Amino acid sequence: MGRKILFVTTDQQRYDTLGCNGGTLARTPVADRLAAEGIRYERAHPQSVVCMPSRSTMLTGQHQGTHGVWMNGVPLPVDAPSVAAELSRAGYATALVGKSHFEPFLDPMGRFTENMLAQRDSHSATSPWHDGTTGPHRGFDHLELATHGANGFLHYARWIGLHHPEVADGFYPVLDADFRVNDAGGGDTGAPQLRHNPIPRDWYHTDWVADRTIAWLDSLDADADWFCWMSFPDPHHPWDPPSSELGRIDWRDVELPAGYISSAAEREAVLDAKPNHWRRWYDGELVSNYEAPAHWVPATLTADQVREINATNAVEVELIDEALGRVLRRIDERGWGADLDVVLTTDHGELQGDFGLMFKGPYHCDGLMRLPLIWRPAPSAAPTPAVVTRPVGLVDLAPTFCAIAGLEAPEWMQGAALPTDDTDGDARGFERVLTAWDSELFGVSVFLRTIYRDGLVCTAHLPGTEHDGSEGELYDLADDPLQRVNRWEDPTHAAVRADLLADLWDHQPTEREPRIDLQAPV
Amino acid sequence: MASVRREAIIDRPADVVWQQIGGDPTAMAGWFPGVVSARIDEAAEHPTRVIETRRGFPIPEEIVLNDAVVRRFQYRITAPMFRHHLATVDVLAIDEHTTMVVYGTDAEPAVFALVIGGATGVAIDELKRQLEEKG
Repeated sequence: MGRKILFVTTDQQRYDTLGCNGGTLARTPVADRLAAEGIRYERAHPQSVVCMPSRSTMLTGQHQGTHGVWMNGVPLPVDAPSVAAELSRAGYATALVGKSHFEPFLDPMGRFTENMLAQRDSHSATSPWHDGTTGPHRGFDHLELATHGANGFLHYARWIGLHHPEVADGFYPVLDADFRVNDAGGGDTGAPQLRHNPIPRDWYHTDWVADRTIAWLDSLDADADWFCWMSFPDPHHPWDPPSSELGRIDWRDVELPAGYISSAAEREAVLDAKPNHWRRWYDGELVSNYEAPAHWVPATLTADQVREINATNAVEVELIDEALGRVLRRIDERGWGADLDVVLTTDHGELQGDFGLMFKGPYHCDGLMRLPLIWRPAPSAAPTPAVVTRPVGLVDLAPTFCAIAGLEAPEWMQGAALPTDDTDGDARGFERVLTAWDSELFGVSVFLRTIYRDGLVCTAHLPGTEHDGSEGELYDLADDPLQRVNRWEDPTHAAVRADLLADLWDHQPTEREPRIDLQAPV
Repeated sequence: MASVRREAIIDRPADVVWQQIGGDPTAMAGWFPGVVSARIDEAAEHPTRVIETRRGFPIPEEIVLNDAVVRRFQYRITAPMFRHHLATVDVLAIDEHTTMVVYGTDAEPAVFALVIGGATGVAIDELKRQLEEKG
C-alpha cells in the first residue's frame, strides 16, 4: 500500500482567513492542526486569479499559457494532460468531489462532459487522454460535482432538485435576468451577492461535498491507494451560508481589514497611482471581466457591507473547516490516517474590501494572489513541521502529488514538487512565482504578467484596450505590505524593475498554439 | 447586444459546403455540438427549424433567409430567454476547391452571443473536419 492523497481546495479564499496564517475572524482548528503538523507556505501564488485557468493549472501542472485556458469560459481540452490520469495509471483510485470547473458552466446545449454527468445519472465518463489512449475523464474514476448554489446541471443541483426542492430558492441568484453576475444586495447591509439562506446546514453544498467524499471513500477497499480532490465551492460568492450559522460571528463586531482604506479621498489617491483600470472599475466606468457584478459600482461599497461580507465569508470558512474535520475522522476510522497526505489550498483569493474593492479581476495584489497552502505529509513519512517562505505556485501541486505517489513528474509538468523547508527551496531554485491574466470580453481586453521575487511584486500591463503597454505596478512588500505605493515609475526602483522584468520575460512559459476560443463567459 | 463571428476555411467546393447549411437545414444535427436532432416544423406560421439539444429541450429557430444564390443562411432563435438573436452563415467560395464559412451570432442578452457564438466556432471546425475527411 502507498500513501493516500486528500487534495482539499476551496474557492476564492484569502491567505489571511486561516488561523494559522494570522486570521482572527474564522476559527479553523482543523487547518491549523494540519499546518502545525506539516508544512505551511507563506508565499503561495496562483498562476491565474480566476477559477478555470487556476484549476486547470492544478490538474495539469502547467501555466495557463501552456494548458491554454487563458480566461474563464475557455474549456480545458478534454485530452489535456492530467495528474489524476498519471495517478490512475499508477493504480490509484481517483475522485473529484465538488467544484471542478474545467469546462464552462453556461452550457445550454450540453456540450461539455462534466455538465452532462448528472443528467445522465452518472459519475464517470471515458475520454481521450493526452498520450492518445483513453481512460476515465481527466483521470478521475468518480466525478460528483457541485457549484455555488442549486441552479444548473451538476450533481448537487440535481440532488437538491430531487430531494429538497423547497430550499432551492433560498440561495442567492448568482446571475441576473441578463445572465450577468448579479449585483442585488441582501443581508442586513444590502451587500452585493449576500443573502440569508434558510437552508438546513446538512443540505448546504459544503456538507454535501464532505458527505459525498465520505461515501466515495467508504466504497473503497481497505488496501486501496487513492487520490481524492475534495473541492468546496465556498467561500466564493455568493455569500449565502445557512442562516442558522450566521450567529457564529456578528458582523457588527468585525474589524475592517487592514487593506481597507476608510477615507475615500485617501483610497482614491491610492487607486489613482495604479494603472487606470483600477480606478475605472472602482468608479463603475469599466467592467473588464465577467466575475464581478456587471452593474455594481465598487465606490458604493460601505464599511458595514465589508464587515457583513467578511463575517459571512468567515462563517463559510468555518463550515469548510468542520467538514474537513469530519472527512479526516472518517479516514482515521478506515485506518488510513498514518499514510494520508493532505494538501489544502484554494484557486485564488478575494479582494474582500482591500482598496475599497470586492470580488476579483485583473488586480494582481496579495488579496487575490497570496493563497493559503498547507501540506501535511503522511505521518508514516515522519515529516518535519516547517514554514516555507520561499515562493511556490499552484503549478507545483501536480509534481507534488507525483512525488507523494513515488512517481517521476512527467516532463509536461512545469513546476516542481513543493519544498519541504526553505533550505530545500533554496537548493531547488524556488526563487520566483509567476501569475498571468488575459481577458477579452465585450470589447475590453486586459493582459497582465506578474512576477513575485525577493519580496517584490512586479506586474507588466501588456497592450490592450485599457493599457498601451507602458504601464505597470511594482510593490516592495518589505515596507509596503498592503501594496499602496506603486513604484513602477519611481527612478530609485528603475534598476529593480528592469531586473524583475528581465526575469519575468526569461521565465515565460511556452504558449499553446493556436489559442483556444472563448466559448462562454464562465 | 453583442456579436461574435467565427470562421473556417474548408478545403471543399462551396456547393458541397452549402449543402450542409442551407441545402439541408437539418443537416447541422450532424456537426453542431450539443444538437442531437433537427427538423423543419411544417405547421409553423414562418419557416422554422426546431433543434433538440443534449439537455433534451427543443429550441425553435425561425429561418429568416435561405438564399442558395448568394449562399447565405439566417435564422433567429425565438426562445423567450433571447430578447434578440440573429445567426448569419455565409458560405463564400475562395476558389473552385476552397470555401470560407463565416458564422455570425448577434444576441441580446449579450452573454448569449458568447455562449452560442462559442458553440458555432466548434461547429464549423467539426463541419470542416467531416467534409475534408470525406474528401
